Amino acid sequence: MLGLEKKDFRLLLVVIGLTLFAPIILNPFPAGSEMAQFNAGYPDLMQRFVIFGIFAIGFNILFGLTGYLSFGHAAFLGVGSYSAVWMFKLLSMNVLPAIILSVIIAGLFSLVIGYISLRRSGIYFSILTLAFAQMSFALAYSVLTPITGGETGLQLALDDPRILGAAQTASGNIPVPALFGLEMRASYELNIGAWSFTFNTGYYLAAVMLVLAFYLAIRIFRSPFGLMLRAIKSNQTRMSYTGLNSRPYTLAAFVISGMYAGLAGGLMASMDPLAGAERMQWTASGEVVLMTILGGAGTLIGPVLGAGMIKYFENIFSKINGQVLHDWFGFLPGGLEDFVVTIIYPFVGKGWHLTLGIVFMLVVIYLPGGLVQGGQKILAALRRTKTDDANPGASKPAE
Amino acid sequence: MGILEVKGINKRFGGLQALGDVNLSVEENTVHAIIGPNGAGKSTLLNVLVGKLIPDSGSVMFDGQSVLGRKPHEINQMGISRVFQTPEIFTDLTVFENVMIPCFAKRDGAFRMHAIESIFAEKGIRAQAEEMLADVNMLEKRDMVTSSLSRGDKRRLEMAMCLVQDPKLLLLDEPTAGMARADTENTIALLKEIRTKRGITMAIIEHDMNVVFSLAERITVLAQGTPLVEDTPENIKGHPKVREAYLGEAQV
Repeated sequence: MLGLEKKDFRLLLVVIGLTLFAPIILNPFPAGSEMAQFNAGYPDLMQRFVIFGIFAIGFNILFGLTGYLSFGHAAFLGVGSYSAVWMFKLLSMNVLPAIILSVIIAGLFSLVIGYISLRRSGIYFSILTLAFAQMSFALAYSVLTPITGGETGLQLALDDPRILGAAQTASGNIPVPALFGLEMRASYELNIGAWSFTFNTGYYLAAVMLVLAFYLAIRIFRSPFGLMLRAIKSNQTRMSYTGLNSRPYTLAAFVISGMYAGLAGGLMASMDPLAGAERMQWTASGEVVLMTILGGAGTLIGPVLGAGMIKYFENIFSKINGQVLHDWFGFLPGGLEDFVVTIIYPFVGKGWHLTLGIVFMLVVIYLPGGLVQGGQKILAALRRTKTDDANPGASKPAE
Repeated sequence: MGILEVKGINKRFGGLQALGDVNLSVEENTVHAIIGPNGAGKSTLLNVLVGKLIPDSGSVMFDGQSVLGRKPHEINQMGISRVFQTPEIFTDLTVFENVMIPCFAKRDGAFRMHAIESIFAEKGIRAQAEEMLADVNMLEKRDMVTSSLSRGDKRRLEMAMCLVQDPKLLLLDEPTAGMARADTENTIALLKEIRTKRGITMAIIEHDMNVVFSLAERITVLAQGTPLVEDTPENIKGHPKVREAYLGEAQV
């Protein structure tokens, strides 16, 4: 189907299903209940899940397939955001041209950076990309202020030209990003009993992009081009003695992943039309590396899982403060309650990085293939017990 | 005119004359061995042939074109494949994928942006790779990841990856170095089979006299960076100069 093998097509269907029903799946607890704070089904967070999912899928095409570890991919995301906001300022509030421009500009930007950085491999390549990204970050903060808005970031204003749309709304406000009149912030609320689900336009636009990005990634993984990228990771000597020039292959992978980052940046600006230099900082570049490794570098679904997990920790775990803990453990006798809260406290709330760090370490040490490998191990174990139950003598040789 | 013509090659590393005025002609459809004691310049010569080293002077013509200054992948595209001392294969990929890659390189050249086509739909390439694997008796191992292959199988696979490109010249760099007796015998048998079945021109650099005399049709003896003699194996065996060069090295 769609040029995919059966297994890949099933994976695509799973991703489509998950993104389609995410507002429901991510809100399993009734609104207002004690557990409601674990609900992740609100538009802002769901948008971040899919946008960072796209970012990580693209990064994985470079890092997962060729093994070239870029430490500057946030620069492309930042460039994408700036391009999109400029499109909102100059052309119109329609998100489509904005997203298209961010992909193109990020592609050109990554072509230049990739061309130079790919002259080296290994740690030197990583350092070059890091240097470029930090340069972009510093420039955006200082001398490029007319283009980037400097410290305050690039924002929309009432006197922007917006030649194809209204500069301001009838009521004198700045218009909001929309897709042919469909406002990104528009949401539909569905209440079933105690449950409340929010269906947001911006989220669904980003989700459609994620599905397309994921589909394209599957095609690339299963193509001769993808095979060449894996060959580069495996053995560059054999690659060149087989008559293959690895430079254009790695550059193409670099540009493709840069364009994915641009798409993510453009979507980010479409959800909230402003762009700041901090999106290009090295911590942002490091984050996508973590996402990819946590989920499983070189796997199809891994980066999306990694992105989801990190964003969930960042937004949900960080909300659990001391007060919440005291509420939870209030049933314990006073001294014990304080003791338990003191033990747990460093791992939640502001200390969410600690928990994430521990999870990351455990994954890297015990599951080098990331969460995907963990899932495969569980599935394999389940399958084993199932067949053993169904046919207890099967594993023993006949007498 | 041979398919490979090496004329007046000189290469210095500092004060060491690694190659001094080397002339060599490999005739089409022969197995040409280059032998010599340690430090004779065999590996330097090979590295010049594949584009890894650029000589100080001289010319290397392959099939009427100069190979000097070309990159390894360009030289491969001209029709020279190389087998390494320790097999260089794609260790994270399966046996089948390993053989598919050279098929793509042969068909599509050094680079092609075929990012949307599926490898499962490449019927021609798959058939070609399958046929090659059947030829070297590795078809049943097609889905194994190559890092788990035995050393002999890795050598066999590397050979298959070179042969599937149907090269005009196959360069072998000590294909049996460090191998156990049995593996060496297997490799000799494999090379003989390739020779009779496909009639491929081979240039083989080898230390092991047993391998050389069971395969080669022409032999060049290098010593201290210069060719000593070039002749048939029969004549080389009894040649006094060769005995001298190899004195204490091996029983010829």
